[in-house]
Amino acid sequence: MKRQYERPVIQKLNTGIMNKFGTRTEYEPYTHIDGVSVKSLIEQFGSPVFVMSERTIRENYRDAVRAFTTRYPKVQFAWSYKTNYLNAVCDVFHQEGSWAEVVSRFEYEKALHNGVPGNKIIFNGPDKTDDDLTVAIENNSPIHIDHLDELYRLTQLASDMAKRPNVAIRINMDTGVYPMWDRFGFNYENGAAWDAINKIMTSDHLNLVGLHTHIGTYMLSPSAYAAAATKMCDLALGIRRKYDKVIEYIDMGGGFASKNTLKGAYLRGSDTVPGIDEFAEAISSAFLNAEFKKGELPYLYLETGRALVDNAGFLLGSVISNKRLADGRRATIMDFGVNILFTSFWYDHKISPAQGFGTYTEDTVIYGPLCMNIDVVRENISLPPLKAGDHVVVHYVGAYNITQSMQFIALRPPVVMIDMQGKPHIIKKKEVLATLEKDEVTPDYLKEFKL
Amino acid sequence: MKVKRNLALSDSGFLFNPSTGDSFSINPIGQEIFHLLKEGKSQQDIEKYILENYMTDKDTVEKDFYDFTVMLKNFKLVEDNE
Repeated sequence: MKRQYERPVIQKLNTGIMNKFGTRTEYEPYTHIDGVSVKSLIEQFGSPVFVMSERTIRENYRDAVRAFTTRYPKVQFAWSYKTNYLNAVCDVFHQEGSWAEVVSRFEYEKALHNGVPGNKIIFNGPDKTDDDLTVAIENNSPIHIDHLDELYRLTQLASDMAKRPNVAIRINMDTGVYPMWDRFGFNYENGAAWDAINKIMTSDHLNLVGLHTHIGTYMLSPSAYAAAATKMCDLALGIRRKYDKVIEYIDMGGGFASKNTLKGAYLRGSDTVPGIDEFAEAISSAFLNAEFKKGELPYLYLETGRALVDNAGFLLGSVISNKRLADGRRATIMDFGVNILFTSFWYDHKISPAQGFGTYTEDTVIYGPLCMNIDVVRENISLPPLKAGDHVVVHYVGAYNITQSMQFIALRPPVVMIDMQGKPHIIKKKEVLATLEKDEVTPDYLKEFKL
Repeated sequence: MKVKRNLALSDSGFLFNPSTGDSFSINPIGQEIFHLLKEGKSQQDIEKYILENYMTDKDTVEKDFYDFTVMLKNFKLVEDNE
């Protein structure tokens, strides 16, 4: 009987020198997602294909809710649409009880279309037109004001409409981490936040119900949230003292890191990223330690995106070819590139072979299929020898890839969701040329030519 | 192509080059090819042997044999006149 074939490999051993890229990382093939084989998914839906696990989304959400509600009594999550706004994904979060957090008009419309009541759509973002604000006022949505121009326009609109919209202001602050996120909202330290609060409180047209902050993205430090929560509570208590106004909610935004590994990190994200309980402990403690009077404890809103969905997304792909680079390194060309895996610009994604392999590995560069030099999925990864047609699974791709993907050179693949019973459903179809050309308009005089 | 005579390959795939002090690791199929090369077998013979003993196809074997021997040359493990 013939033996299983593996590509012959020879590699030089460098004793005494640490391998900058770490040791071998994959010991087991990743053959199934929620009980469905990778091979069958690729046979049914083609390669590449994004796969979302409904089970993982629900487990993540319930885990986060448990982490916060066991520490603080008034908690509300709002699903960050920009993280992944496929309707099926949003609906899973809404079924679990999550509101919607949107940063643009089309996201706002999406949330409405998904059936989220207007007063449960938090409207963030620096670019809200008069029309956007008018719709948000009519729907009684909490509007989070980003800058003074928006504040003035909103005040005028509210006056014209004879309505008093519920608003919050976005606060940025020094939380002890670098870089400080200070481009969104009003600064706490330089007095801009109080200036905006004073303007709202002395206006009859706006109802200040909340305070909002978003201190950063992929935050690895729970203590930064503790610092931010303390300052936010301080502001809320200051408003209570100065204006005798009880702030209904403090929105701590999102930014909790997922278990992905940042480029340049020595250790893997799964070993270094704090769990959701650590963030919950830091924020809840700051809220409980603030001197809110009995019955005036504000709601804690959370707009967690990445940490709830990143590990629920997988990208299945196949090897197109292998080649040897000028310096002797192995390069493997995959059928998925940076156009659909945008996060590979800042993450070293975990990539697992989807079929059995031997004990030998090679340092490999993973390239995508785009005819562009920037199309590098992994600059260096230790993988067993893969041959053309072999399948791989890219992990932690549920956040920001589907929303930031583009039809650059290659069209975008389908997205499949595996339900709680292990049945795959198409939730976004594979794109075709017509998808791309749908909105193109070619003037008639350009349509004819002779070559 | 002939690999250098003084190279020592252990059963576990550890290859030592006493001339330079370099050491290498070779996977099992690579070890078989290495031994066949050392015995003076031709590329055709080796490819035939692989096809008879492994579940693979001619194109794959040809591509991988080429890649493996390029690496042997790269690591200076073949006779200089090769």
